[in-house]
Amino acid sequence: MKSKRVLMQGNEACVEGAIAAGMRFYAGYPITPSTEIAERCALRLPEVGGRFIQMEDELASMAAVLGASTAGVKAMTATSGPGFSLKQENIGYGCLAEIPCVIVDVQRSGPSTGLPTSPSQGDYMQARWGTHGDHPVIALSPSSVRETYRLIIRAFNLSEKYRTPVIFLMDEIVGHMREGVALPAPRDLIINKRHISYHDGANKQCYAVPEGEFVPAMKPFGQGERYNITGLAHDVSGFPTNNTDIAGALYTRLMEKIDRNLDDIVRVEEYKLDDADTAVVCFGGTARAVMSAVLEARAAGMKVGMFRPITVWPFPAAHLRARLPGLKRILMVEHNYGQMLLEVQRVAAERVPVGFLGRWDGTVIPPEDILQKLREMEGSAHAE
Amino acid sequence: MPSELVHKFMRIDHLPHIWCAGCGNGIIMHDVAVALQELIDDPSVPISRDKTVIVSGIGCSSRAAGYLDFDSIHTTHGRAIAFATGIKFARPELEVIVLTGDGDCSAIGGNHLIHAARRNIGLTVVTFNNDIYGMTGGQYSPTTPTGDKATTAPYGNLDRPFDIAQLAAGAGATYTARGSAYHARETTELIKQGVLHKGFSLIDVYSVCPTYYGRKNGKGGAVEMLQWQKEHMVPAAAYYAMSEEARRDKVLVGVLSHTEHPEYTQQYTGLIERVRAQSGK
Amino acid sequence: MRYEMRFSGSGGQGVILASVIVAEAAVAAGLEAVQSQSYGPEARGGMCKAETVLSREQIWFSKVTKPDFLLALTQQSLDKYAQVLADRAVVMIDDGLTVPQGLDKKQVLALPILATARDKVGKLMTANIVAVGAVNRALGLFDEQALREGVRRHIPAGTEELNWKALDEGAALVTEQQAAAFARSLD
Repeated sequence: MKSKRVLMQGNEACVEGAIAAGMRFYAGYPITPSTEIAERCALRLPEVGGRFIQMEDELASMAAVLGASTAGVKAMTATSGPGFSLKQENIGYGCLAEIPCVIVDVQRSGPSTGLPTSPSQGDYMQARWGTHGDHPVIALSPSSVRETYRLIIRAFNLSEKYRTPVIFLMDEIVGHMREGVALPAPRDLIINKRHISYHDGANKQCYAVPEGEFVPAMKPFGQGERYNITGLAHDVSGFPTNNTDIAGALYTRLMEKIDRNLDDIVRVEEYKLDDADTAVVCFGGTARAVMSAVLEARAAGMKVGMFRPITVWPFPAAHLRARLPGLKRILMVEHNYGQMLLEVQRVAAERVPVGFLGRWDGTVIPPEDILQKLREMEGSAHAE
Repeated sequence: MPSELVHKFMRIDHLPHIWCAGCGNGIIMHDVAVALQELIDDPSVPISRDKTVIVSGIGCSSRAAGYLDFDSIHTTHGRAIAFATGIKFARPELEVIVLTGDGDCSAIGGNHLIHAARRNIGLTVVTFNNDIYGMTGGQYSPTTPTGDKATTAPYGNLDRPFDIAQLAAGAGATYTARGSAYHARETTELIKQGVLHKGFSLIDVYSVCPTYYGRKNGKGGAVEMLQWQKEHMVPAAAYYAMSEEARRDKVLVGVLSHTEHPEYTQQYTGLIERVRAQSGK
Repeated sequence: MRYEMRFSGSGGQGVILASVIVAEAAVAAGLEAVQSQSYGPEARGGMCKAETVLSREQIWFSKVTKPDFLLALTQQSLDKYAQVLADRAVVMIDDGLTVPQGLDKKQVLALPILATARDKVGKLMTANIVAVGAVNRALGLFDEQALREGVRRHIPAGTEELNWKALDEGAALVTEQQAAAFARSLD
């Protein structure tokens, strides 16, 4: 039986999905346009036996989330631009120490304080490269309220499976949008439990990877394991090491646990691409205008389709590469100065021309502008 | 030969420690270990080793977490109390001990210190207070006395120093105390009381850093610096027996403040029960 | 067909909630609805607009570019948003406002929304609910049950009677001729 449809905001769906995924700890600091996530967590978590804490700052929020996760509780924080910058150091700690958690970034416009209530996708590259040093990243980006609910569950599942922080890259368009959603029944959801192992021998191989696995099993604090976690390069026992062979092997494993599992991690939405000569690439809330434009273009007889990374990091390079032979042109549409554009250009590698329609003034790209750009690109191709 | 305590509560395969000869940090770590051993071995105290977590930040002090054989986490610079808040708030049944330094907890981590104190969350914070940034080679910290020299204060430090214990008390900590590397037995007792206290506890323990602080400031070596603590730091009974005049150049070793206020995670557990009773869940 | 609605006024007048209630009622009535809003940093006093898009089909682009309906409760918001409207757009305003030049008066439904909330319902803060009652009556969007469901999900328990009165008083402001003239179909 389908549940009753209700009007729900993207930020609210993020919380409800996270709770369905088993999130029982939230630490955060108020910041527009993500604040509704904190507010709803404060209201809802005690109802399900979970815990909400408003920390003194963004750095503390990220630290508390990592602490809670080491204690065995699925944990989340949410923020926006300036706060995302502040969280970066501890996100890197989570990457190195392999602590699962989910960081929601509801992007807003501009560097620094910018336009706090206006939409943007300007944190795309920061989601990949925000914390220092080579590190693994998984980032997912939803384009509707309905997808937000299901995708945040996937964010938790991937986080647990790969023992890594997952960035949930929302934008103001989806975060503040309300639409009718019918939430799936709990039995229709797949929820990854934390992979836990206890007492695997004399205390001390907590970062050893079992045969056939790509991450060590977790051992929550308070169970008698008595092991050590550090942000320094460490050996399989979890203790600091200056041995560059051991450090190098650790860093490589952290990257490869993602790189070798792209089939499992990467998801895209491809719409009417099979006969298309033009692909519009977009992600997140921008897809709303792109879908409208693609439908109008099709109605006008143009062979246009949409390529939408749902997993935005790692970038779905293989999926896009597979589409190149049929394409005459690609149009990248995003609410920034050209960030995913760089990834698309890298993959297209001058085999297919890549056009760009961006906006970074805090306003939203309407479907008419996309349609006009598509006509221009088609027209200039005919003129050649 | 390592003592029984070292065998039982320290990770001997990770010793010897990295601290310089003469550093006070080893004594303070020993005090923490003895305090925990006495509490764990006491059948009337409901503290178990497996439910005790040691959290540290970054700096000389923070290497202590790795030497103590408990669940331990060596976090990022300044954030030990924030990580510890996450652990304690997620699992209130855990005993969470934070080992930190003067720079880690009162400069880069000062905000977390005052807010954890304000919440009265049940953490026990032990500061290894050596008046200097040792790990990076002797820069002035928030507790370096005015006028003293450091590599970043070659002409003398202009800043006024923090009294970390008073700072925590002013922010709402319900148990604050001061110990010293010299006064090991007294300091161990103060740490035990801090762990037993329900609420936010901070024990500010004066360490000695002969390598970077003492040498630069004509304080002599480790022996002379510990001698200064012996002569100028006075346990409570003797301190309060002194005249005001005699106390003027003395520092109290003992409890500075001790009050009762509901502990934060317990309050939240009550909130959960209230909300669930109201919503019938 | 896509039907774009813009609700505007000053922060604190509840125009965001009005647009949420219309979207909620649409969902209760089995329609597709997308609601969004934009605002400055002021919760009170600044200009504020909210948008609802209705359709019988899946709605992709979520923002309003050429509204088919505009509600304006302040002169400032009326002057600004009356400049971009769809053909045959309906503009509902508080009757204390001056219709700007260039806006066809035949499109305009000027109603005593604020006075009705203050004097007849007895609470100025119900002006947004009065407006929702008038909007629904004028445009003929939803049945009474769906509309009340939309309101009920967004008001504190115990304030139902006050809000039903506000809805009824709002609806009563629109004459039968006006309702016949402004009725819109989503087909």
